[in-house]
Amino acid sequence: MSLELFGTWLAALLTLCIFSFLYKDNPFYKFAEHLFVGVSAGYWLCYNYWNMVKPNLIDNLEAHNWEYLLPLILSAFMLMRLIPKVGWLSRWAIAFMIGSGAGLMIITYLQSNFLEQIKSTLVSLDPTGLPWYVVLNSFLIFVGVVSGLVYFFFSKAHTGVTGGVARVGVVFLMVCFGASFGYTVMARISLLIGRMYFLLHDWLGLV
Amino acid sequence: MLDSILEAVTFVSVRYKDTKEQRLLRRELHVIFGICARQRLGFNLSVIRIRALRVLLPVVVVVLVILGATTVFPVGSSSSNAPPRPPIGIALQDRPNDAGGAIEITWEASKDDSRGRGTVNSYSIYRSEQPQSGFVKIKTVSSGKEEYRYNDEEVENDKRYYYRVTAETSSDAFSDSGVVGPVTASPQWFHSDRWNMLIALLIVSASVLTFITLARKGKDLYIRPIAGLQAVDEAVGRATEMGRPVLYVPGILDMDDVQTIAGVAILGRVARKTAEYETSLLVPVSRSVVMSAAQETVKEAYWDMGKADAYHPDMVRYITDDQFGFAAGVDGIMLREKPATVFFQGAFYAESLILAETGHSIGAVQIAGTAMTSQLPFFVTACDYTLIGEELFAAGAYLTEDPRLVGSLKGQDVAKGLAIAFIVIGIILETAGYHWLTNFLKVN
Repeated sequence: MSLELFGTWLAALLTLCIFSFLYKDNPFYKFAEHLFVGVSAGYWLCYNYWNMVKPNLIDNLEAHNWEYLLPLILSAFMLMRLIPKVGWLSRWAIAFMIGSGAGLMIITYLQSNFLEQIKSTLVSLDPTGLPWYVVLNSFLIFVGVVSGLVYFFFSKAHTGVTGGVARVGVVFLMVCFGASFGYTVMARISLLIGRMYFLLHDWLGLV
Repeated sequence: MLDSILEAVTFVSVRYKDTKEQRLLRRELHVIFGICARQRLGFNLSVIRIRALRVLLPVVVVVLVILGATTVFPVGSSSSNAPPRPPIGIALQDRPNDAGGAIEITWEASKDDSRGRGTVNSYSIYRSEQPQSGFVKIKTVSSGKEEYRYNDEEVENDKRYYYRVTAETSSDAFSDSGVVGPVTASPQWFHSDRWNMLIALLIVSASVLTFITLARKGKDLYIRPIAGLQAVDEAVGRATEMGRPVLYVPGILDMDDVQTIAGVAILGRVARKTAEYETSLLVPVSRSVVMSAAQETVKEAYWDMGKADAYHPDMVRYITDDQFGFAAGVDGIMLREKPATVFFQGAFYAESLILAETGHSIGAVQIAGTAMTSQLPFFVTACDYTLIGEELFAAGAYLTEDPRLVGSLKGQDVAKGLAIAFIVIGIILETAGYHWLTNFLKVN
């Protein structure tokens, strides 16, 4: 048996083991699950070392870029969790990561989720020279965005006029979710088709 | 020339029979050229013929000579090895609004580019740190434009550089712009096209800080009830009554994602409840840093509730970084541990429905929360409660009532109010044909 054929058989059997979960939890699924988790954890350990630690830290230290000693020290702090007496040092590294992550993201969010969104909503409602459906589309965008924003307003109870507008916002959100659901299900079906094709074509040669 | 045509027509009309149509034609020609052809009708025919030939022949010869010459020797061209005219208007500048390390070179096309003789087929850019020597070719760009721009991103900050640009033909003839420079690259602290971002940031920050200050001074700030969060205590209580654990999944992204941060913040509240009710808590994670942060959060919650002995680090378990490996591992935990309550709070991708369906199949109460719009439909479908987008970030403030978080949430509400005002005013202006607000909001 060639190595390639062995690989195909192994992949097919493991696929069936995972599919057996559709019946109920069983030893075959447990075996495939543990193998998958263990192999992927090992794979990502190697991947992170060769793609993150080595090029970003070790190579820079070897090039005498001494400012990279700071991340090295913070990394060492993370490992201090293994020593209970100095485990508190890991909080510094975590605080640095959370603080810098949030600080860097605020600009991105402010741009893409605030200014750009407002700008894209500023559409003309002047019907002169435009087909009726374009004007209707612009009007729906306006109503949908404003009512959606009112729904996410936490300082006022959803009663009276605010509640009515918020309910319109929920309707828009649900229509959006419905469309997204259908779109994503189609993508998932294509994944299933890919796996079935592997079983029926690559493994069994039936199609 | 026109006079010659008139004479030729007159010649023909005299030579042959003078028909009505020919007379009409003559009259038209008289009107057009303002010439009294009738007077010429009295000329001797041979004189007319000689005059016509005398005028027409040199014209034809001259035209033929010019056409032939321009075909064989294009106007203004020289031999194929002659150098083209050089590029003009070479300008160097430190690329604006960047982090340094780049110089922008612009120039106008050679007169022999596509709008001229078309002999220039490329331009080469040379760089040196000395004006007299050491020039190295760094880039060649194709011709065909009126203006050219190239960003040299292989320079060091605060170093002086000189440039030359050459226009080249297909036969390797070239002409040089001459040395231009020096120029230095440097980073800019402020992006001059992003004043709108600064103004927005200052407004949002000011409102957040104002409300945090008010909250700290004890001002009662109202936050409306959020259905999914009101169910947290009830769901943990259910697990306690059933004697089964609570499962909490803080998403699959790392701690630099705000959704994970929000998820870990909510975990603190859930952990306090499980500590209070002495209910078992399971927190599978897919990132090592999230594991550390989650362990710290759970540990602190148990200590705060005076249940330090009930805490053990294995409550938070690292599974794997792999997306579907993680999904398979969490599914296995759900099937074997059979938690009564499952929380999905954070960033999720395609594994969301796999996890939520498994939780549903074991009859767990499920409370999900994410800002991933593509996954929200699955959580809405398969979970009992779903925190939609912004509600996930509001959850920390709602559950903990921490003045900093509550003030921050109120400050963000002010920003949302401003956004609504901008949208209403902006749409009115756009409809009236004014675009300045739209242009102001444009981010470069």
